[in-house]
Amino acid sequence: MITLIDGLSLGSIYALIALGYTMVYGIAKMLNFAHGDIIMVGAYAIMVTLAATVSPIAAIIAAIVICTILGILVEKLAYKPLRGASPLAVLITAIGVSYFLQGLAQLVFGSQPKPVGSAWKLPAIKAINDIGITTSAAVTLICGIIIMVALTLFIKYTKTGSAMLAVSEDRGAAILMGVNVNKIISITFAIGSALAAFAGMFYLFQIPNTEPTLGAMPGITAFTAAVIGGIGSIPGAMVGGVLLGVIEKFCLASPLAPYTVAIKFSLLIVILLVKPTGLLGKVVREKV
Amino acid sequence: MAMLEVKNIEVCYGMIRAIKNISFEINKGEIVALIGANGAGKTTTLHTVSGLLKPTTGQVLFNGKDISKIPAHKIVTMGMAHVPEGRRVFQQLSVLDNLKLGAYTRTDKKEIAENLKRVYEHFPRLAERKHQIAGTLSGGEQQMLAMGRALMSNPDIILMDEPSMGLSPLLVKEIFTIIEELHKAGTTILLVEQNAKMALSVANRAYVLETGSIAMSGDAKEMLNNDDIKKAYLGQ
Ligand SMILES: Nc1ncnc2c1ncn2[C@@H]1O[C@H](COP(=O)(O)OP(=O)(O)OP(=O)(O)O)[C@@H](O)[C@H]1O
Ligand SMILES: [Mg+2]
Repeated sequence: MITLIDGLSLGSIYALIALGYTMVYGIAKMLNFAHGDIIMVGAYAIMVTLAATVSPIAAIIAAIVICTILGILVEKLAYKPLRGASPLAVLITAIGVSYFLQGLAQLVFGSQPKPVGSAWKLPAIKAINDIGITTSAAVTLICGIIIMVALTLFIKYTKTGSAMLAVSEDRGAAILMGVNVNKIISITFAIGSALAAFAGMFYLFQIPNTEPTLGAMPGITAFTAAVIGGIGSIPGAMVGGVLLGVIEKFCLASPLAPYTVAIKFSLLIVILLVKPTGLLGKVVREKV
Repeated sequence: MAMLEVKNIEVCYGMIRAIKNISFEINKGEIVALIGANGAGKTTTLHTVSGLLKPTTGQVLFNGKDISKIPAHKIVTMGMAHVPEGRRVFQQLSVLDNLKLGAYTRTDKKEIAENLKRVYEHFPRLAERKHQIAGTLSGGEQQMLAMGRALMSNPDIILMDEPSMGLSPLLVKEIFTIIEELHKAGTTILLVEQNAKMALSVANRAYVLETGSIAMSGDAKEMLNNDDIKKAYLGQ
């Protein structure tokens, strides 16, 4: 039971990150390999703001604002000029952006892990702590659910949400409806990066240290989750993320613990062999 | 002044020249048919008019304004709608969501609601199925949805690319009846068709496209009786 809650909580972190990968893939048709590093930037934003203000609320706001702006900027400066270029060129650029962000963090903050600050702490909640559930797991799980429900409602019931679905299904037809695709892509990067900021926040509750490569492992795991769920599918990213989180925690709690990482990634291979489009992925037809 | 005036456009896909210097025009209130064999360049021409493709030379004048360098999504707001070849409704969305996307550029809530009512009057079947997922509609219903979606932007001109493609004769008739209704209601229509007979019988004028050039143009009814046209496009 406790392991399950821990797993669901870790899974919602993965799901939030996976949503960024999958939305960008669905709408901009590219793999944004720098997505994980947005989490890292969010973590440093929290550290710096905490040092300056000692206010966790200010730190949270700073992380969200900085990540959102960073996401929009990365898309405008690095990816937009490559619209229509070969997917390989875009992929290499994304890897370049990833190394750039990591290098920049190393330059500014050094390569050693740094504690995020003593103010970054959740209060004890006796009722749940007594049965073995940490406050951070509970907060992460509840906030994760709220954010995912909000995102789902946003996509389903707003005009911008419909436009996002339309662009992801058929960009040409969406343009014929008067949808400004560049604007929708920009919004998608903004939302994905804000979700990454939340993920970074929750991650720091579990491991309160920042380092330049902090985003790499959660990033690649979440990417795997997105592919398992069916890249491009929003519910797929949620399911894939939660699944990987739960499997990771159960593995860690079992004698298989040393093989956790291997098990996570072999799941990807197994699922792709059985269902190449991922759990909730659809076969897509190419259109002009 | 013609509502739409295409002047000496040339359109290329990389090294391939698909449209070679063609010109044509459409006046307000007309139905103009553009007919031609597979690969003649009909779809390419429509894409160039609605801005999805940009011509390498030439102009597209819409109500006197050159739109050949304006992004396609802005041309929609100027009053042009394009029902693309193969319908291309948003398969995962409901009928209603598709129709709402047709009104994406509009903000006048009350008029949008009235427009939706008009679309349902033209296409009662869409009204019955408004919550159905578009991908599960039949081919004919999807064509109706694609046309209804275009009408939701309340356009001055509609470009239609092979609305009869893949439909049974009965449904083709139904679709053409609706095209005539729209025409009577004052909509200007540029109609691309393989089904030359149907297209010429509803159109006022027509142009014949052959491998990227206009081979013939004139009154649609006269063309129906033209021997060359009969042989090449009407199978008679
Ligand atoms: N994306 C593309 N890339 C390269 N060539 C293309 C592309 N689209 C069309 N063409 C070529 O341009 C020419 C005109 O094609 P277009 O689709 O406009 O013809 P069409 O008259 O609409 O034919 P159909 O009746 O079959 O729809 C054809 O020779 C076609 O092969
Ligand atoms: Mg065509």
